[in-house]
Order: sequence, then structure tokens, then C-alpha cells
Amino acid sequence: MTSQVTPLAGYLLVAALLFSIGLAGALTRRNAILVLIGIELMLNAANLNLIAFWRYGPHPEALTGMMFAIFSIAVAAAEAAVGLGLVIQIYRHAKTTDLDQMNRMKG
Amino acid sequence: MQEQLYQFNLASIGTPPQALIVRWLWLIPAIPIVTSGVLALLKQPRQRLSAGLAIGSLSLSLLLSLIAFVHVLNYRAMMLGISQIDHYAFNTAAHETVNLSWIQVGSASVDLGWVLDPLSAVMLVMVSFVGLLIFIYSTGYMAHDENYTRFFCFLSLFAGAMLGVVISNSLLLLFMCWEIVGLTSYLLIGFWYQKPAAAAAAKKAFLTTRIGDLFFLLGIVWLFAQAGTLVLYKGGGGAIEPTALAGLLSQHAGLGLSAATAIGLLIFAGAVGKSGQFPLHVWLPDAMEGPTPVSALIHAATMVAAGVYLIARVYPLMQAGALAGGSTTALTVITWVGAFTAVFAALIAVAQDDIKRILAYSTVSQLGYMMAGLGLGGVAVGMFHLITHAFFKALLFLGAGSVIHGCHEEQDIRRMGGLRAVMPLTFATYAIGMLALCGFPLLFSGFWSKDGILEAAVKWHPSIAPFIMLVFGALLTAFYMTRQVAYVFLGKWRGDKPAHESPAVITVPLAILAFFAIALGAIGTPAWPWFRAFLDGRAVAFDMRGFAEPGLLTLMCLSTVVVFAGLGVGQELYGNKSPSPEAPDRLEQLAPHVWGWLRDRLYVDEFYAATVIAFYGWWARVSDWLDRRVWGGLVAGVTWAFGLWARLIRFLDTNVVDGSFDKGCEELNVGGGLLARLQSGRVQTYLRILALSVAALAVILIWSSRP
Amino acid sequence: MSFVFYILATLTVAGALAAVLLKNTVHCALALTVAFAGLALLFLNLDAQFAGFAQILVYIGAVAILVVFAILLTKGSDTPADGVFSRTWLAGLAIAAAVFAVLGWAVIQTANLLPNSAPTPTVSVQQIGQALVGRYVLPLEIVAVLLTAAMIGAVIIAMHEKDGAPK
Repeated sequence: MTSQVTPLAGYLLVAALLFSIGLAGALTRRNAILVLIGIELMLNAANLNLIAFWRYGPHPEALTGMMFAIFSIAVAAAEAAVGLGLVIQIYRHAKTTDLDQMNRMKG
Repeated sequence: MQEQLYQFNLASIGTPPQALIVRWLWLIPAIPIVTSGVLALLKQPRQRLSAGLAIGSLSLSLLLSLIAFVHVLNYRAMMLGISQIDHYAFNTAAHETVNLSWIQVGSASVDLGWVLDPLSAVMLVMVSFVGLLIFIYSTGYMAHDENYTRFFCFLSLFAGAMLGVVISNSLLLLFMCWEIVGLTSYLLIGFWYQKPAAAAAAKKAFLTTRIGDLFFLLGIVWLFAQAGTLVLYKGGGGAIEPTALAGLLSQHAGLGLSAATAIGLLIFAGAVGKSGQFPLHVWLPDAMEGPTPVSALIHAATMVAAGVYLIARVYPLMQAGALAGGSTTALTVITWVGAFTAVFAALIAVAQDDIKRILAYSTVSQLGYMMAGLGLGGVAVGMFHLITHAFFKALLFLGAGSVIHGCHEEQDIRRMGGLRAVMPLTFATYAIGMLALCGFPLLFSGFWSKDGILEAAVKWHPSIAPFIMLVFGALLTAFYMTRQVAYVFLGKWRGDKPAHESPAVITVPLAILAFFAIALGAIGTPAWPWFRAFLDGRAVAFDMRGFAEPGLLTLMCLSTVVVFAGLGVGQELYGNKSPSPEAPDRLEQLAPHVWGWLRDRLYVDEFYAATVIAFYGWWARVSDWLDRRVWGGLVAGVTWAFGLWARLIRFLDTNVVDGSFDKGCEELNVGGGLLARLQSGRVQTYLRILALSVAALAVILIWSSRP
Repeated sequence: MSFVFYILATLTVAGALAAVLLKNTVHCALALTVAFAGLALLFLNLDAQFAGFAQILVYIGAVAILVVFAILLTKGSDTPADGVFSRTWLAGLAIAAAVFAVLGWAVIQTANLLPNSAPTPTVSVQQIGQALVGRYVLPLEIVAVLLTAAMIGAVIIAMHEKDGAPK
């Protein structure tokens, strides 16, 4: 098994695992902030994927993967800021960050 | 040479152009009918206007009738003149007709029309003249009645319809006018409809005559089916002209009768109803509930004579198939019925106490004489008695009206008496009428007309029995009239309040009628049988040798003896005696049982009540039961079925249609509810779905891109 | 697969697991930091030095702190009474597992297509800088705008409302 797993495949698997863990956290935890944490983990897993492919890809000198990952980091930061700001504002209104209780958009 | 010339002239004359009066003959009945319509629209009680209109219209009709009569006389004179030149005996009894086609069905057509011949001319004059006198009389008699206008409206309608019956050339038109006459009789008998007796009498009259009319209609329909036309005279093609009669004679109608006889008997049945012959006479005495002018006009002079006139009109049909001097089955039946009625009614008249009822039964009896006269001796014999009877019976009724009026509406003769002194004019005219009715010899018209009938009866081949019956009837007539006059005018007054004479408007018509009751005798004597010749269309001259006929003088003596016998017995029993009202009648004392039967009108009404009316009541109950249970049950059943169907539909509609629709909507609702649950409002749910969808998409993509 | 890789991988995954499973939210944030660190080291292992340091600077230096701030501002340290996991946590877990299954399967199936080794890329910061203002200038500018917008947005969103916002 190990012989079959190339280095790239290993990184990819780790990224997949991270992604899944992040997804699981986003889907199951009650606290809104932990959902955001899960989302951060997913983004990071994607970054890892990108860097891994850049490293073992055909043209690393094009810097495509790296650039992508850097921009991703920047955007993720912005998104985290906005998202957490939202969570704080929601907390001010609803006095809680429990997602199970937030169903006012129920159809 | 001369004969040839005249024959050429005759051929070129052909049929003379129709006189104006013949073309406009229809005005005679039309004017009174239109007046009746106008009077119907007037408000009560415009006495002078309504009386004026009615009398004026009937005067017009009388004028036109006289013009028509003169025209017939002229025509007769002309034809007689020609015949004298040509030595050819023309039948001067021309039937001048105007026929109009009314309904056409394919090739068959129903025609209406009118005819002017001696028979209708004579009747026209009689009806309009007697009618006019009675109209004038009514203005006085009904002066205190508040329904004055209605009375004259009905009287005018009657006059118009009766005149229509007289001039009809089509049996259909005759039947229509016949029915209108019956209707007006009903309206006038029940004029004082608040009286239950009057309403019942009107109904009885209408229903009884209806029975006769039903048979009449059957006869008409049969005749139309056989002869193809109902027009009586149509230049050779009419229903009672020789061609048609030959056809009718050859048709057999079962029971050994020919179609002509059967139809004749059916038509006679109509006359039986209208003219009050036995057994349909029961309505006439009850019809005395109407006002006295009505009794005089309708139930003495004219309407009841319509039956006799009808038989006279269709006489060729009745006579069809008779051998020379012989009789036919139809005429035999008519004779027997007439003779029997004459005696039957006279018997009942003997024991009645109401002044008008005696006269009513007398009318029935005299109508029997007329019918017998038609059957025994032909049209002229019967019609002459009809004409004379019209005058003296109208006179008697109007005189009775005067008596009733003068005795303050008292009608029981046992409460009258001694009116000779108090009401001299009425007594004089009444006596003239009574003597005419009895047939007092020589002076009075009734003698000559009744003798004509007796003469024909003596010569009747089939049997001498009608003669004996008619002679007995004459005896009874003299007897009961004497009784009545004795009770009313002789003796002493037995009433409550003293009586008084009637005003001129009542007594003058009486005088005029009395004059004619005497004068009309002149045209019927054997010495100068002008009336008979006029109707038969022959020439006649005054000839005293007419009395020399074998058996005639004997007959005249016999009838004189009979009349005096009746007068004598009556005078003996009743003259000047004036028993009190409560005391039994002299005849009752002598023969109480017979008296009882006669007084109770020989139980004919009771017989009808027990049989016909009882059956009718039973039938009405059966029909009612049928109607309510069977037809009503059917209807209820249909209704129930409909209700069931409606409930079924409603059930289907509510449960199936609505239900399925509602169910569908419910399902939609539920589905919508279910779908709405997808929108949980929770972010994590949306995330899950997203993630799942992405995974599924990835799988699909990978799978689809596999080689 | 080198030995370093396994340790780093283990560290990262453990940090991630901890971040997701721990009850105390602050502990989750700290574990997240560990996971970020592990990822940064993994980047370094992949010769993406710039990315690794950027990771440390941005994620650990900013995002993680931000998360901690947010936790503290929302009293996230209080453990809720009825558990930290949602009532339907199994469905979420199953879905995550399904996703992992798909991804893992995709990787395994195509593992033989992936290159075994590749020469080490020599990437200098100068190259990165030149690329940024050269080839990727547009994304750069856009990201700048994005960051500005995000900043403004975050401030506005999280601002106290003027007219007596409920506390």
C-alpha cells in the first residue's frame, strides 16, 4: 500500500482527510464559530492540495499553484473577518450562537 | 213558338244575382252580438244606455229580418209569376245561400255559411219580433235590479246567437251558435247567482243539454265523415241534398239502420236536450229560477224552439228513404218521443202550484206537440205550431211576470186569487193566451196549429196511438190551464198584501202579443193554408172548400169537444172556489195517490239522482282515488326517483368530485408541507445538503468520465 | 513517503480533530492554531516557503486571534447545557464521511497516474514579487479591493447600532 502511495497521493489524502474533518465539524457542531473553524480547515485543506499539485506538477516555475494558494489565504482572512463579525452581530441579537436555535428562516 | 221563347228566356235568366240582403244576412245575428260585447264593457248600472243599445240593435235586426222576409216574398212572387206563365210548378222555396270556406285540410274543407229561405225568414221575423217585445218588457220588469246592464248584455248575446242558429247553412256554424245559446241560457238562468237554487238550476240546465249536445256532435262528425261536408245547401253538393242523402241511405250503420237514420237520430238527441223532451226535460222546470223575461224569451218562445227548428232544418235527412206518404224510422222515433212527452208533461202540470212551473211543464208538453207534428205531418205542421206557440206562450209568461210583479213577487197560485178585478189588462191578455194554448176553437191561433197536428196524426199510417195521446194531452192542457186561471184570477184574493196592476211598459207588449195570438191563426186555416204553402213553396189561394176534406170537420168538432170538456171539468173543480192555501186541492181529495205522484213530477228527478248522479258521484270518487293514488302515486314515484337521483348526484359531487379535488389539494398541501421542511432555516442543514450534492456530483462526473 | 511527512501529517490531523471535537471552544481555537502550524510546516516540506510563512503570518497571526476574539466576545467559552454537537450530528458525520470516501477513492484510483517524484523547484521571493505585479497584478488589485471591502464590511456589520441596540 505504501509503495503505491506516491508522495503526492499522500498529501492529497491528508488534504482530503483535513477537508472531511473540517466538513464534519461544520456540519455537526452547534456553535457558529466552530462552523467557521471548520470552514477554515476546509480552506486550508484546499490550499494544501494546491501546493501539493504545484510541487509535483509539470511546471512549478509558473508559480500558478503558489499564487493561487496565497490569494486563497488572503481571501480566507478577509472572509474570516467578515464571518466572525457577522457571528458577533448575531450573538448581539439572539444572545446565543447556537445554530440549532436559529431557524427563523424556516419555510 | 211562345213556349220555346219563354224556355229560352228561362235558360238565359239562370240564377238571378244575389240580392244585397242575402249577402248581408250575417248582420242580423252580428249586430246583437257586437252590442252584447259593448254592453259587457259598460259599468253597471247605466240603465238607459244599455237598454237603448240592446233594443236599438234588436230593432235593427228586426228591420233586416223584415227586409229579408219581404225579399223572400218577392222572390216567391216572382217565381210564382213565372210559373203561372210557364205552366211549370216551380218550387218557390229557394234556398239562397252564401257559403264561405273556413278551414282547409288538404282537399277537405270546413265551410260556414248562411241560408235565406222561407223557413229561416219566418223564424228570423218571429225571433227578432218576440225578442224585441220582451226586451221592452224587461226594461220595466228589471228596472229595480242592479245588474241591469249585465242582463241586457246576456240577452243581446242570446238574441244574436239564436238568430245565428236560424240562418246557419252549415251544421258546424249552427252547432257553434247552439252552444252559445246554451251558454246564455246558463248565464240567464243563474242570473241571480247568489240564490243557490238558481245556480243549481243553471248548472242542471247546462249539463242536461250537454248530454244532448254530445250526441248532436257525434251526429255532426259522422255526417262530415260520410258526406264530406257540413253545409246543408250548396247547389246540389250539400249534406242534405239528394246526392249526399242517397249516399247516406246506402251506408249501413248497424242495428238495421242506415247511416241517414242513425245520424238523424243523433241529431234528434241534440234536439231532445235543447227542447226538453223526455228524458232530458228535467232542466226546463228548474230553469224558472231565472227572471220571468228570460223564461218567456228563452224557455218558451225561442231557445227551446231551436230544437224543433233544427229538426225542421235537417228534415230531408230525417225523411230520407221514406216512401210516398210513409214514414221513416227517424220520424217515427221523433213522433213517439214527442207524443209521450206531450202527455207526460201535461200530467205533471196538473198538480203544480207555482205559476211559472205550470207554464214550464206546459211548454215541455207543447214542444212534444211540435216534435210530434214534425214527425207526423212534416215541416210546415210542426213549424206552424212553433210560431203560434211562441207568441201565446211568451204572452202567458209575460203575463205571469206581470202577475208576480203585481203580487209583490209571490209565485204560489194558492196565494193569489181575484186578480181579475185588480189587474184587468193582465187578465184579458192572459185569458187570450190561455185560450190560444188550450186551442179554443176558431178564434185563436192555437186551435188551428194544434188541429194541424191532430189532422196529421189521424192520417198517420204506422199507428193511431199518437193521435189518442195528443187528444188526451189537449184535454189535460185545457184542464190545468183552467185550474191555473181559476186560482190566479177568479175567486177571492188569498195573499198578504193587496195586488196592483203593472205599468204600461209591461202591459203594452202583452197586448201586442195577444193580438198576434189571435191573428196568426189566419194564416193556418185549411181554407187558406198560406203558411204551409209558403214553407213548401207552392201557390195557394183562399178556398173554403179546404174545409171539405174528409174527416176534417169531424176532427174539428172532436177537438172542440175535448177543449170544452177540459174547461168544464176545470171550472167545476176550481172555478171561483178559491180554497185556502193550506187546504188540499180538489183533485187531491179525489185521488190522493195519483195527485202525489203528479205533484212529485213522476219521480224522474229522483230516478236520475239515484242512478245517473249517484253513478257520477261514484265515478268522481273513483277518479279522485285514481288521481291521487295511481297518477299521483306515479308522479310521487317519479319525484322520489328524481330525489334519489339528485341525492346520488349530490353524493357523487360531494364525495367523488369535490372529495377528489379536496384530496388533491390536501395532498398538495401535505406535499408542500413536506417540501417546506427542507427549508429548516438552519444553516447546517443547508451545508449538509450542499456537501452531499457536491459529493454526488463528483461521483457522477467521475463515473461519466471513466473510459 | 518520508518520515517527516508522517509526523507532520499526524500533527495536522490531530490538531484538526481536536479543533473539531473539543468541548471548550477556546481549546478548539488553540487546536486550530496547532493545525495551522502543522499545515505551515507541511508547506515548508513542499518547498513552498513563501506560502508557509504567509500561512503562519496570516492564519496563525490573524485568523486564529480573530477566532479567539470572537469566542471571547460571544461568551463561547460557556459550554452549552445540551451538548456541543447538534442533535442530528450523525447525519453530518455520515455526509462528511461520504465526501471523504469520494475524495479518497478518487485519489486512490488515480494514484498510479500521479508522478512519483519531481525536481525541487527553486522559487525566490523576487520571482514571487515579480509574478504578483506582473502576471497576477489583476488578482492582486482585486484582492486589495476585496480586503478593503471586507474590512469596511466587517466594521459595519459588527458595529454597535446607534439607536439603542439590545445588549
